[in-house]
Amino acid sequence: MSSAHTKTEHGHTDHNYLNHGSGIWSWMTTLDHKRIGLMYFATVATLFLIGGFFALGIRLHLAKFGAEPLLDPDTYNKFMTFHGAIMVFMVIIPGIPAFLGNFVLPIQLGAKDVAFPRLNLASYYVFIAGALIAASSMVFNQVDTGWTFYTPYSTSKTSNGVILLVLGAFTMGFSSILTGLNFIVTTHKLRAPGMTMDRIPLMIWALYSTSIIQILATPILAITLLLIGAEKTLGVGIFDPDLGGDPVLFQHFFWFYSHPAVYIMILPAMGVISELITAFSKKTIFGYRAIAYSSVAIAAVSFLVWGHHMFVSGQSTLAGILFSLITMFVGVPTAIKLFNWISTMYRGTVTFDAPMLFALGFMFLFTIGGLTGVFLASTGMDVHFHDTYFVVAHFHYVMVGGTLMALMGGIFYWFPKMFGKMTSDLGGRISWVLIFTGFNVTFFPQFVLGAMGMPRRYFDYLPEYTNLNQISTIGSWLIGLGFLVGLITIIHGILKGEKASDNPWGAKTLEWQTSSPPPHENFTTTPTVTAGPYDFR
Amino acid sequence: MSWSSLIPATSFMPIQATEIAKEVDLLYAFLIIASLVSFVILIGGMTWFLIKFKRTSLDQKSAYITHNNFAEFLWSFIPLIIMMGIFYWGMVIFEKLRTPPEDIAAEIHVTAEQWAWTYRYANGKEFYSSANDPLIVPAGKATKLILTSKDVIHSFYVPAFRTKQDAVPGKLTQLWFEPKQAGEYIVFCTEYCGTKHSGMMIKIKAIPSEEYAAWYHAEKKGADSPADLGKTLFAQKACASCHSIDGSRIVGPTMKGLFGSGRKFADGSQAKADENYLRESILVSSAKIVEGYPPAMPVFQGSLSDEEVANLIEYIKSIK
Repeated sequence: MSSAHTKTEHGHTDHNYLNHGSGIWSWMTTLDHKRIGLMYFATVATLFLIGGFFALGIRLHLAKFGAEPLLDPDTYNKFMTFHGAIMVFMVIIPGIPAFLGNFVLPIQLGAKDVAFPRLNLASYYVFIAGALIAASSMVFNQVDTGWTFYTPYSTSKTSNGVILLVLGAFTMGFSSILTGLNFIVTTHKLRAPGMTMDRIPLMIWALYSTSIIQILATPILAITLLLIGAEKTLGVGIFDPDLGGDPVLFQHFFWFYSHPAVYIMILPAMGVISELITAFSKKTIFGYRAIAYSSVAIAAVSFLVWGHHMFVSGQSTLAGILFSLITMFVGVPTAIKLFNWISTMYRGTVTFDAPMLFALGFMFLFTIGGLTGVFLASTGMDVHFHDTYFVVAHFHYVMVGGTLMALMGGIFYWFPKMFGKMTSDLGGRISWVLIFTGFNVTFFPQFVLGAMGMPRRYFDYLPEYTNLNQISTIGSWLIGLGFLVGLITIIHGILKGEKASDNPWGAKTLEWQTSSPPPHENFTTTPTVTAGPYDFR
Repeated sequence: MSWSSLIPATSFMPIQATEIAKEVDLLYAFLIIASLVSFVILIGGMTWFLIKFKRTSLDQKSAYITHNNFAEFLWSFIPLIIMMGIFYWGMVIFEKLRTPPEDIAAEIHVTAEQWAWTYRYANGKEFYSSANDPLIVPAGKATKLILTSKDVIHSFYVPAFRTKQDAVPGKLTQLWFEPKQAGEYIVFCTEYCGTKHSGMMIKIKAIPSEEYAAWYHAEKKGADSPADLGKTLFAQKACASCHSIDGSRIVGPTMKGLFGSGRKFADGSQAKADENYLRESILVSSAKIVEGYPPAMPVFQGSLSDEEVANLIEYIKSIK
């Protein structure tokens, strides 16, 4: 479907960013945002496999298929902690911004690179350093606190490994802040001629809003994690009640970052979905402004709702009610996005290539995740569901069903641009069917378990929860298989894929106006923009 | 009420052992219906468009529609109204869950530790949780629990009562419930607390209130009630040299009628004198200085145990 026009303009020079320099050293010292994006891809994919291994271990244990438990309680608690910490801090938070964002953002803006290429490479190495420090806690003094590190358990009752994990997360936070900074400056300063702020693609609006959260919220986490370290090594007594501290203060600090972080995870995913829906409906996005500004609105409100994680923590009733009220406002911009995406399909011409299937899967799963979020935002209802499997199901529907579906869709969508080759559409579809089915089989029963009262982070449970747990475990294997097929499809595409044209999907944004793969500095001639990003007329 | 039983998802909820549980389930049933309707509108609409506007030939053209202000206003405004309704409904239930009634039949101090709960009754009866020793409460009457923890944060969750409250070290929190009838109900710990987190389970046994009264007064385990112990401590620590118990004004505020009264502080703020306020004022009196009194009281943080503080509170409560 590529237009002949684009092909002739760029000719068939075989010179592109992948062969611009050769050898491992040229990759390790590269300042090219596209290569850095791919390096994040490899790193995040590896970490995802490790996090997935722990997930399957947890589920296998909880299925209780054998007479003897598969894990002992301490090992189980460590698996649970590693699964959460790896997936949150090392996969879902950096996944879309650092990998897809790095690859796509400058090309979509018509820029040669990000504003600070050296800082971009440094961010990558800071991330690697943080991941290594955190991973070392898997080897020395393993941690069993859960990824939330609640005090005083983390400061007075568990191993010193928590210092390593916290230090790792602290370090990765710098990477997050620097990437956000780089994106904001790039968006403001390096747009192609004619690209006004209301002509930037929605992916950029999403990454821009995310960057604001990264810059404002991550320092809070950094300080909080430092305080944990100080508390544990020096006994300063900020969180320790024996020394006059307040353990609930930690939760305020922690969620003041970690709630906005939920939107660091989901906003970029929404950006990807906006691109996919319009490209595969071959139709101008419906309500461009509404989608763009709703990203900013979500980012803004995300700072005001942290207390909804603490309705039963002992904070005042009034505080609980106010946080509930503000949380409800998040639902509105979210609903706006969903309605706009669906309206984009209206009177379009829709095709169902693998990336689109992932986008539709996102819509399905994210809708369930969003609606069950309303249950939890309602104070009277949340008291029953708080810290049960209902919460586990809810945030997996949002984070896995939402972010990872979008990430997969984004990978298959931009793959031809990244490697100049196509993935097998059949492989992508099989991967999608397995992940989508497996996901629902795994997590839907967990809503029911939560309603029945099964608490989260449980090594063992009452007999009446057994059947649903076993169904959930079987689903988890389907998900694992689905990602395996996805991985094979990607590797097969890199090695043996058919050659991709410059614009295989017939999309309109700037990255499709250059060759596949793009040259070292993205465009041979600087593009000039004369219309909005999705002008399918 | 009957319509909510038509929603199959409500059958997964635990038994409704309190009136509030019924109200929570009604909201739950409403949320299920509202979610199903929203889901059908969103995903059903999407599916319909996908089928209707599926691309069938290469030269097909999409319509050019950029926005529609009226539709966009509607789908922003209608969800907002629905969300506000859900917020309000949840708030009404939440306030009931959080506000104990005036007439409390049993008031029990519950202390959490890794991985057990200890209960102390007002007359000095004391238990350590075990499978054979459920927490005994009267059926058909309100029970109030005053929760704290010795080590890490735990959480007291009774699915059948639809209620839950964290037990936080260094702080007193409260929880109340009124089981409709006699029976045994499971209690989970829901805040992750270490190795045996999932094993930290007990039962609440609600017994008819006459039976409860007989049980409560029989075979006292402790020698003195917490209030009696608190009275002794009050004398030992010479509290009476600054705090009268008959309402007269000396150096500090009187203890008479103190519990539950409204306090006004030197910095202009106000609070109700509940367990947590008393605890804080005993340990670090300078945290809240009552208007018109000097900040003269010594700090007892570190020199009084949690149990001693609880005993003092029970004594102060008894000075009506």
